[in-house]
Formats: sequence, C-alpha cells, structure tokens
Amino acid sequence: MVEAYVPPVIITAIWAFIGIICPFFARGPNRGVTQCCIMLTAVTCWLFWLCCYLTQMNPLIGPKLSMNEIMIMAREWGNEIKDTMDVTV
Amino acid sequence: MGSLFRSEEMALCQLFLQSEAAYACVSELGELGLVQFRDLNPDVNAFQRKFVNEVRRCDEMERKLRYLEKEIKKDGIPMLDTGESPEAPQPREMIDLEATFEKLENELREVNQNAEALKRNFLELTELKHILRKTQVFFDESVPAVYKSSTSHSSNKYRRYLQMADNQNEDEQAQLLGEEGVRASQPGQNLKLGFVAGVISREKLPAFERMLWRACRGNVFLRQAMIESPLEDPTNGDQVYKSVFIIFFQGDQLKTRVKKICEGFRATLYPCPEAPADRREMAMGVMTRIEDLNTVLGQTQDHRHRVLVAAAKNLKNWFVKVRKIKAIYHTLNLFNLDVTQKCLIAECWVPLLDIETIQLALRRGTERSGSSVPPILNRMQTFENPPTYNRTNKFTKAFQALIDAYGVASYREMNPAPYTIITFPFLFAVMFGDIGHGAIMALFGLWMIRKEKGLAAQKTDNEIWNIFFGGRYIIFLMGVFSMYTGLIYNDIFSKSLNIFGSHWHVSYNKSTVWNNKMLQLSPATSDYEGTPYPFGMDPIWQVATSNKIVFQNAYKMKISIIFGVLHMIFGVVMSWHNHTYFRNRLSLIYEFIPQLVFLLLLFFYMVLLMFIKWNRYAATNKMPYTESCAPSILITFIDMVLFNTPKTPAQGCEVYMFWGQHFIQVVFVLIALGCIPVMLLGKPIKIMQARKLANVQPITGADAEVGGMSNGGGGGGHGGAGHHDEEEMSEIFIHQGIHTIEYVLGSVSHTASYLRLWALSLAHAQLAEVLWTMVLSIGLNKEGWYGGVFVTVVFAFWAILTVGILVLMEGLSAFLHTLRLHWVEFQSKFYLGQGYAFQPFSFDSIIENGGSASGDAE
Repeated sequence: MVEAYVPPVIITAIWAFIGIICPFFARGPNRGVTQCCIMLTAVTCWLFWLCCYLTQMNPLIGPKLSMNEIMIMAREWGNEIKDTMDVTV
Repeated sequence: MGSLFRSEEMALCQLFLQSEAAYACVSELGELGLVQFRDLNPDVNAFQRKFVNEVRRCDEMERKLRYLEKEIKKDGIPMLDTGESPEAPQPREMIDLEATFEKLENELREVNQNAEALKRNFLELTELKHILRKTQVFFDESVPAVYKSSTSHSSNKYRRYLQMADNQNEDEQAQLLGEEGVRASQPGQNLKLGFVAGVISREKLPAFERMLWRACRGNVFLRQAMIESPLEDPTNGDQVYKSVFIIFFQGDQLKTRVKKICEGFRATLYPCPEAPADRREMAMGVMTRIEDLNTVLGQTQDHRHRVLVAAAKNLKNWFVKVRKIKAIYHTLNLFNLDVTQKCLIAECWVPLLDIETIQLALRRGTERSGSSVPPILNRMQTFENPPTYNRTNKFTKAFQALIDAYGVASYREMNPAPYTIITFPFLFAVMFGDIGHGAIMALFGLWMIRKEKGLAAQKTDNEIWNIFFGGRYIIFLMGVFSMYTGLIYNDIFSKSLNIFGSHWHVSYNKSTVWNNKMLQLSPATSDYEGTPYPFGMDPIWQVATSNKIVFQNAYKMKISIIFGVLHMIFGVVMSWHNHTYFRNRLSLIYEFIPQLVFLLLLFFYMVLLMFIKWNRYAATNKMPYTESCAPSILITFIDMVLFNTPKTPAQGCEVYMFWGQHFIQVVFVLIALGCIPVMLLGKPIKIMQARKLANVQPITGADAEVGGMSNGGGGGGHGGAGHHDEEEMSEIFIHQGIHTIEYVLGSVSHTASYLRLWALSLAHAQLAEVLWTMVLSIGLNKEGWYGGVFVTVVFAFWAILTVGILVLMEGLSAFLHTLRLHWVEFQSKFYLGQGYAFQPFSFDSIIENGGSASGDAE
C-alpha cells in the first residue's frame, strides 16, 4: 500500500523543490520577476498534474473497449486474455 | 525600486540649458533615450518656431539624400549598412554636410543630363543607320523587272543601268523607273518623284498609312521595313520597336502635306541621299560617329557609377546623421527661450532612478560644447498624471506589449505583465495540449530565438513575419508548456504514450470477449489496479474510443473551473495590493473584502466540492459513497444558490457529500448575498459621511440641510458647494452600482467563460484524431512498395494539414482566447489601464521608424 503513495510524493517533491527552493538561487537584475516566474510555473504545473491524478484516483466509469481493442491490448501490453474470469471485487 | 511589478516612479523636471550647450546636451539625451520632453510652445505655429530654418535645411538635405538613394537603387549598387549609429554631428559640421550633398547632387544631375543628350544623339544616329540600310532595298526595287528577270546575274547591264540612273539624278528627286515609268520615260518625259525617309514607331504605322492614303487621295506611295532590334528611348529607357518608312510623292503640295502628317504622328524625318555612293559614304560616317558616341556614353556611365559607389559607402551614415540633427532641432523647438538669461528652459518627465545617469549625460554634453555653465536639472512638484514607464528587456517586452495592447497601466498600479509571462503560456497550453504540436511550436520559437540577431538585422516590411518574430519568446514558452500539458493529457498527434504501463487490465475470459462486440471495464473490480497512472492520463483512454470523451469531458470541465476560479481570485488579490499602495482604505474594506468573500464562498466552495467528490466517491466504496451515488456538482451548486430542495436521490444514496453540508451552504449563500449591499453602498456612504464631517466644520449652518439629505442621489448640491473638483455624490453612487453589478454578474459569467479551456482542448484533440483516422492511418495501412510511395504522399498531406490547421489555426485561436481570458476575466478584477505610455526622446526609436522624425519628437 505504501507503493501507492510513491509517485505522488516524488512528483510533489520535485515541484516543491522547483517552486520553493529554486527561487532562492535567482540572481540578476530581474531577480523578482524570475522568482515570480519559477514559483508560478511550479504551482500551475503541480496543480495541473494533481487534478489529473485525482480524477483518475477514484474513477466513476471504466473504459468501453471493442473486441479489436481488447485483443490489441492483449498482444501489445501483455494483457493476456485468460480462459476463466479473474474478478476480485 | 525598479521592477516590472509596478511602473517606474516618474518626476517632472525642469531643465535649464545654456544656449551654446543646448544642442550638445540634447544630443546626449537623445542617445540615452530616457527623457520625455513636453511641448512648452503648444500654440506656436510650426513655421514660427525658433529653429524652423535649421529644420528646413535638414529637410532639404534629406531630399538630396533620397535622390541619391533613388539613383543608387536604380543602378543596383548595394548600400553598406554597418548597423552602427554615428553620433549627431556638431552644428558647424552641418554646413560641411550640406556642401557635400549639394556637390554630389549637382554632379549627378549633370551626369544624367549629359547621358540623356548623348543617348538622344545615339538614337538619331542609329535610326539614320537603319534608314540608310533599309532604303537601299527600296531603291534597289526601283530597278525595272524586265532587266532583272532575264539578266538577273548580268551585272554589267545592271551597272550600266544604274550609272544611267545616277547621271540623271538631281537633288531630291529620284527616278522611279518601273515598267510604266520606262514607257512613260521613253517619250523623254522623266517622272520626277520626291521622297522623304524617316522612322516611326511600329504601333503607329497602320494609322499612319491610312492617314496618308486618305489625305493624299492615294497619290503617295509608302514603303516600310521593320527594324528588328528595339531602340532605347532616352528619356525613360524603354525599348521601343520602330520601322523605317519612305514615302514617294510628286509635287510640292503633297510634300507639305506629307511632312505635316509625319509631324503629327511624331515620325522623325532624316535627310537621305538617293545616290548609292552618297549613301554608302554617309553610312560609313554614321558608323564612326556611333562608335565614338558609344565610347563617350560608356565613359559617362562609368563616371556616374563611380560617383554613386563612392556615395553609397556613406549614404546610410549620412541618413542617420541628418535624422539625428533634425530630431535635435525639433526637440529644441519645444523649449522655451529665456531671453534675459540666454538659456533654454525645458520640461521633461524623467524616471526617478535614472536622474544620475541623466545628470552625467548633461555634464558630458556641456563639456563637449565647451560651455562653462553647467546645466540645471530641477525636480518640480505637480499634480499631473505622470506617464507609465515599464523597464523591459527583450524577453519581457513582448508580454508587456500584450498587456499594453488592452490599455496602458495607470501610473504605479500593479502591472499584470510579470505574471502573464507564465499564466499566458500555461492557459494557452491547457487549450492546446499536444506533445507533437507543442514540439513544433517550441522548435519554431527556439529557432527564432537562436537566430535573433541575424533575423532582426534583416528589416522587412512583412507584417506577419514581424509579428511572429516579435513574439518569439511567447511562442517558445507556449510550445514548452504545451508539451507539458500534452504529457499530462497523454496526447501526441492524437496517440498516447504508455510509459508506466496502463493501470487498467482486461479480466474477461476468452468466450466473453469473443461473443461481445463491446465490453466495459469496471473500476469496482480488478480491472482497475486501484492506483492511478502516476503521471498524466492513462493510455487506455486513448484506446477506448467509444467513451473516452465522456470521461475526459468531466475531467476537463472540472480543471477549467478550478483554474478559472483560481485565476480570478489571483486577480482580486492584486486589487488588494493596489489598494494598500494607494492607501485606499475605503476600497480595501468595502470593495476588496466583500469581493473576495463573495468569490470564495460561492465559487471557491464549488472548487472544494470538486476535490471532495474526487476524493470521496469511488466504485470500491460502500454505499452511500459508491460511484452511482456521486452527485452532480453543477446541480448541487444551482440548488444551493436558489435554495431549492434537492431531488430525492436513488436508493441508498444521500443528497449531501459530507455532514453539515446543507447548513454550511445556507450560511455561505447568505453571507455572499450580504456582501452585495456592502459592495453597493458601503463606500459611497462612507464618502458621504466624510464629506459631511468636512462640511460641518467650516459651515455650521449646514447641519439642518445635511440632516435632511436622503441616502440616494441628492447630495450633489452640497457636495459641489464645498469641493468643486470632486465628483458629485450621485455619480459616486452610480459608479459604485455599476461596479458592483459588473462584479457580481461577471463572477458568474466569467466562471462559465473559463469553460472555453475545455472546449478548445476538446476541439484540438478531436481535430488531431480526425487527421489520424482519415489521413495518416489510411496511408499506413497499405502494404508493398507502392504502399511506401503512397504513405509518402499521404504523410506530406498530413504534415501540411497538421501545421496549417492544428498548429497555425488552432494556435491562433487558442492565443486569442487566452488573451481574452487575461484581458477580461483576469484584469477586470483589478486593472484600470488608464495611463499613457512613456515615450522618451530616443534616437534609436526615431531611426528605426525611418525618418518620421517630425512626428516623433513633437
């Protein structure tokens, strides 16, 4: 269960580093504007990723696939179609 | 402190310059480009200003330079452009320049005139040469056919005959001896025919013939022959085709008539001797003269070329110098002359941070002019509105231009430009999200940035290219952000990347799969792994073409509202900064706080509901938090605002997402509604009270009238009595009313307006998919060697459509919508935009605009 949290924590950590730590390294005549840009980038990009993640966390519907699509998935993504149903609720 | 967050502080300064030093100081200030001069003589006619003569001399010099430029361009000589800007020359150098230009112009005009005269001469001689050659044929044909046919090769008899003809010749008359002529001459009568020979342009020839026939009643005889090579017209250098003609007539009357007709048709007549020997002599003379003329003509052209090449080296330099002088004199015309103290007074707007630099420049100017009195720069206090100056570099200039296109910021209000640097490309990218198209855009922007020095040096007039080049940093950022959102949307040319492995799996068995055309995976079962795809949209959604749009619509609509509400809250918070800077306490309490509360309690609450719904409802939960019970946020919101009782939900489900939601919603709506009268009436009433207090102190008798004032309009008279320059009370109430209605209604409409982020991204994705299904996949389907050829053609077609429709057209469309979102939805929360731009006196901008110095400096 802990593995479920690894990707979001990593990604949040990356954007936190960019948004909180990096502005301190800004130099030059336009220091203020550079800091503002870095922080805004970090916030907007992280939020965008977060919304996508949250949408898919608890999906309310599942994808509707045609027979062709299922068979292609089986061949390309190693998603073998078994002989018996394998459903665990 | 200088930064892009607010416009710079400006000061109105008075500048006292000694008359001798004025020119040099203004020249230094022009190089610096940090000072905006005001016109101190606005009601003086342009022709009555002090330095009008110098300006006239500069205009004259510019005219001569333009003439030189035209001649140089005509000869196709390249003009050297070093790109360096020479300094403005001293006034005494102006006389030298004038003399140089005068000499050059005169020389060139003389050379051109000579060349024209020579060419005219040359033309006449050439025409004469052609006449002599062609009329030979005419005179030959006058030999009777009798002699010719039987003794065609008997030259003896022919020569004897010719000698006979020659001996019988007189001045202008030749004997045309045809058969009839022979018969006629035998009784001893000679037919004496006169003739004229000349040249006429080919187009006029038929009309000429007709006119001759009609006017002379058919008694003249015209022979003509075409000149094969075209002749050059000396005045304009055109190539004209002409024909040689010779007209035979009898008698003097016909001669006058023929000559008049020739004049009318502008045919040039030449004296042509009919004796072959004379003709041959003349022909040789003409040939030598033509050769001589050719040599002289060549030398003239060489001389002209040399003069022009020498001038071309310095021409751009001279142009710049003359323009600078003219600009300086225009600026000097704006100054006031203080006769008693022999100094010039100027008023100018100066950025406060640059006063030191300007003082240095002024000192340099005084030293150069050798004057002893230092110039005085003196700051004035004023209530006038200063211009807005934003110090930008090549990167921020484009974003500042986007903001200024809507309206220049008021003096010292918050500048949206630094935030626009990121939010603009980001919102664009939400609408454009595609890794492939983003990459194309980013590469295009990157190429323009890498080659910017070279591309900027080629000054073209192509508007569209200049617009693209000016926005190269914007285009690059838009492309990069589009690549990021494309990664999140998982869309590269309408296909998805499967980097981490899909988190959805098919668990149906073979028989189910074989027997069903469509099968849907369920998030409640092990079809879904339980954790989402770590970065972006799961690639299975691109495969599931049937209900991909249903899922993505819900997602994209929600993110549109989330980002929209956050953008608007950001805008309202900016107005807080404006109010604190301008110490507008009333606005802070009675405008900013209710506005923020209204927005937060209604729309930010809606955003929170979205996050709660994402979190709480899952297919694997127990009732009432299964996916079938998930309430629609829109319906919830509408019911909340209208105080509706919600519809009874399905079996086992609940109306509300969390405990206490109903109570919280009612409270929020009531508080938000309560904010509206605060926004509407709070500030005007406070202003009214403040004015009453100010009025009461000096005028104690006004108490009774003040008490009788109603809440509505009526304070105009009293407000006006004490403070003539302030607004009337009624106007304040009306303004506040408009502002409140705009804000409240706008908050709803603007929130919905952000749904265009969803709409455009959907359209973009669908267009990309259409191009794939209808174009590229058909090309990739074919097999064999002809499939290779076919896919090449199809790929070309696909590429053109991708760049033309998806990158260019969709890009422009998304750019426009993003611009609208910034200008209207974001900036209406805080931006006044009623300033005027700072236009400093700068040589660089004057020279870039190419000599429109008269408009710039005034």
